[in-house]
Amino acid sequence: MNELQFLTWVRGPGLDAAVAIFLLGTVWRLIEIYGLGRKKDLAAPRLTPGASGWHTIVRRSVPPEGMFKQSPVTYVGGYVFHIGLAAIVFLFAPHIKLVEGLVGLSWPGLPSQIVDLVSVVTLAAMVVVLVDRIKRPVKRFLSGFEDWFTWAVTFLPVLTGWLAVQHLLLPYTTMLALHILSVEVLLVTLPFTKLFHAFTVFGSRWYNGTVNGHKGVPV
Amino acid sequence: MSATLEKGVRVLKEVIDAPIASYFNSCVHCGLCAEACLFYTETGDPKYTPIHKLEPLRRVYEQEYTWLGRLAKAVGLAKPVTDAELHEWQELVYNSCTLCGRCSVVCPVGNDIVYMVRKLREGMSASGNAPDGIKGAANRTVTIGSPMGVKLPAVKAQMKHVEEDYGIPIPLDAEGAEYMVMLSSMEIINFPEYLGAIAKIMRQAGKTWTLCSTAFEATNAGMQIGNSDLARVIVSRIVDGAERLKVKCVISPECGHAYTALRWEGANLIGRPFTFQVKHIIEVLGEFQEQGLLKTEGMETDRLTFHDPCQLARRGGVIQQQRRLMKQIAADFVEMPDAGFMNWCCGGGGGASAIEEGEELRLEAFKKKKSQLEAVKPDRLVTACANCRIVLEEGLEHYQMDIPVIGLTETIAEHIPDSVDKEGA
Ligand code: HEM
Ligand code: HEM
Ligand code: SF4
Ligand code: SF4
Repeated sequence: MNELQFLTWVRGPGLDAAVAIFLLGTVWRLIEIYGLGRKKDLAAPRLTPGASGWHTIVRRSVPPEGMFKQSPVTYVGGYVFHIGLAAIVFLFAPHIKLVEGLVGLSWPGLPSQIVDLVSVVTLAAMVVVLVDRIKRPVKRFLSGFEDWFTWAVTFLPVLTGWLAVQHLLLPYTTMLALHILSVEVLLVTLPFTKLFHAFTVFGSRWYNGTVNGHKGVPV
Repeated sequence: MSATLEKGVRVLKEVIDAPIASYFNSCVHCGLCAEACLFYTETGDPKYTPIHKLEPLRRVYEQEYTWLGRLAKAVGLAKPVTDAELHEWQELVYNSCTLCGRCSVVCPVGNDIVYMVRKLREGMSASGNAPDGIKGAANRTVTIGSPMGVKLPAVKAQMKHVEEDYGIPIPLDAEGAEYMVMLSSMEIINFPEYLGAIAKIMRQAGKTWTLCSTAFEATNAGMQIGNSDLARVIVSRIVDGAERLKVKCVISPECGHAYTALRWEGANLIGRPFTFQVKHIIEVLGEFQEQGLLKTEGMETDRLTFHDPCQLARRGGVIQQQRRLMKQIAADFVEMPDAGFMNWCCGGGGGASAIEEGEELRLEAFKKKKSQLEAVKPDRLVTACANCRIVLEEGLEHYQMDIPVIGLTETIAEHIPDSVDKEGA
């Protein structure tokens, strides 16, 4: 298989398969998780303004009182790379074109120099959280194969995408093919690892907010 | 697999629900929950990270309720939960967790970790891995009627003392009273002033109230140990008593987990909503204060601070009342850092104070309270939980800090003038 064939494959059947696994996997996992249901809470509720699942979905995005200074790297690094990822994935013109080609929807993107910058910052932030994961006793204690693996799987698309645009290391076509391949690995991995938090964070915050909101405690 | 282990795993399978599944799938191993837990912050040992305490539950979830986990189990790749592991986990699930719920309010993905610890205890208890200290307390509550072995005659003796000392009759089994007052053994034995305080407060407020001969003990070690069957027996006793006496409201004493057991878990344990209300004594005092039924004279002039019992504040939603009450009777009321919603546990909640082997760790964890206290240097420490009170006293003594610990209800009652009392009588 030469470079062009490789690129054709990752853009065609490879991408189709990855997207299919991602979509089916996500639906399946959501059913597997939320299908378990929960018992109705029979205690008389206490109503307090601001105490609900919806409030907690929003409120938990902000570090609770006294927490920021406990681990600024986790908060700052986490914010920077998540926002960076979202900006790259949804606001980079070639990505928007791809979506347009698939479903016909399009929206304005960011200038490519800005995306370049965001990519570098995102990569740097991810390296910082990785170092923190290695150095901080608690994070390290909690980490296993899955944590290192999901980090790599998130890091590689950003790295290869940036290298492709910069024409570094490998010929553009090869790097682009590797980029798309790494994205496919991410798509296939996401529903079955801790990366699935991208979906379940909302459910978890909602449950926490609802269960405690029933007691009138805004959490 | 031993029979007890099998039972434990079966119970764990039963308690797993959608919230738990969502929580385990959300955890990103960021470690922030550790920073919220006094057992980690004071020891620096990562094994006390809250989410790690749930490892056996997580594996049962994965192996029983996820497609990939079941596959791994089928081909022998999954690590099964063992007797030895559950035994080892006893320290993490009981000794080093007071069900304070701080971890649950900081997790960035929103995991309600303490909700899961409570459920894991069901399996620990079913597999025979609950600590003897709490087990004993639970069994005594079921067979004798109270965790400390207090029986009705002891309560009656105390009623008599209080009637003599205060000159106020203490009603027993008065049908149709507005309030049914519960006690904790700790109050019956160690803090008799509580009952006298209630008598004074109720008389001034002009409210009818009663004790109940078949249900005076509010504490529920069944819930702490994680045995819903025992917890249900204990709660049913109170429900039967309240319904027999047709009271409007049952008052939970100055005891944090008794409130949680009755107010939040009770109806779920018996499987139907209550026909009466449940309020913590601090909530009732707050209402009296608002309605102008709580008139006090004079102020405490020394420096006072308030320790929020976790089950009252963060886990129970009663946060402002105690502050307004303190301001009514204390001229120099100071707040510790993190007071209120984010307060740090005394280190002995959730049954932990009943575990003898956990004492050393408990005193280690108490360093958190010590540093909070050192930040404001109070003359006395006020709280509203008899268990916190004992644990605080032990910790203060250990660290040779001379700070008396008092209950809020009694302190308020001391400011209710006797003359008004007599006029009202
Ligand atoms: C849609 C929304 C998402 C939300 C609300 C969210 C939220 C979070 C939060 C709160 C953390 C913990 C903070 C930290 O460890 O720094 C986290 C960590 C993480 N997230 Fe997300 N996330 C989302 C989507 C994603 C996606 C799409 C990916 C990957 C493609 C991702 C990858 C990661 C990784 C790798 C970590 C762990 C970082 C570390 O090693 O410490 N997240 N996420
Ligand atoms: C199916 C999904 C994706 C496809 C088909 C795709 C395709 C592309 C293409 C064609 C380029 C190069 C454009 C050019 O040379 O002008 C590119 C660049 C890039 N992609 Fe993707 N991409 C996908 C998903 C992602 C994801 C999920 C990430 C990050 C997590 C990502 C990060 C990047 C980055 C950082 C660049 C370089 C941006 C720059 O430095 O200007 N891509 N992508
Ligand atoms: S704070 Fe939440 S996401 Fe982070 S390690 Fe603890 S449970 Fe997991
Ligand atoms: S509930 Fe409190 S003691 Fe238990 S793990 Fe969470 S923070 Fe630690």
